Amino acid sequence: MKRYFNWGNKMAIRIDFGIHEVAVKVRSERAKHIANNIANADTPGFKARDIDLASVMNKDSATNMRVSHPEHISSMNFGSIYGELKYRNPHQPSVDDNTVDTMIEKSLYAENMQRFNASVNFLNGRISNMIKAFRGD
Amino acid sequence: MSLTSIFDIAASGMSAQSVRLNTTASNIANAESVSSSEDETYRARHPVFAVRSNSFNEMFQQQRALSFNQPLRGVEVRGIIESDETLPKRYEPGHPLADQEGYVTYPNVNVVEEMANMISASRAFQTNVDIMESAKKMMEKLLNIGK
Repeated sequence: MKRYFNWGNKMAIRIDFGIHEVAVKVRSERAKHIANNIANADTPGFKARDIDLASVMNKDSATNMRVSHPEHISSMNFGSIYGELKYRNPHQPSVDDNTVDTMIEKSLYAENMQRFNASVNFLNGRISNMIKAFRGD
Repeated sequence: MSLTSIFDIAASGMSAQSVRLNTTASNIANAESVSSSEDETYRARHPVFAVRSNSFNEMFQQQRALSFNQPLRGVEVRGIIESDETLPKRYEPGHPLADQEGYVTYPNVNVVEEMANMISASRAFQTNVDIMESAKKMMEKLLNIGK
């Protein structure tokens, strides 16, 4: 996502946070889904779901339709930026048809959190670089 | 923001698990509460968990976001059911609560099952606490961005 600040066409500063801006949003959305799976670990018939991260990447670049006219409808408006939700394939069948495996969910949550932290760190680096440039010292 | 709703989801899990712990405690405490008739005897109680249903307004919003057509609101306790299993009767003629034939009715609490339930509930509770803890850390990180 790119943002432009224009001051009377004389100077334009482009602020580009790259993929990490989207990544932080998607990671926090995914954390919500995994938390919901864990909260429903003992609910009969509950099916664990998760965000398909590959579809998020597709949505962000390759399969996006080009918009060359203001009347065109962007393909980004369909669905959400968070990609698709998919059901988890259970490793073991359970008596109550619940497909949550708390161990798997916990490890995915931890991994998701680390990647979230990584993206936040990258954003922080970008911002501190910008502050350095503003100060000029 | 989705991070704030993690608190909501984890809290719903914690409260559901604590209801389960509560019923387990009640069942174990009353495991030997005998009586002279079947109607008066304590029956094992178990909570029924279900995905928390959401309000109409939220459902409308979910409809608009196409790929997120199912609610994400954690878990709720739909109700507490009493077990239908037969109450065991024991022949104890000396018991003050024995009926005319000398039998006392015991509750249908399976203590082994209740212990397993208790361990499962407390583990699940802890997991939800951990989820909340790490969601808190993630939020702190986001709040301190650019500092």
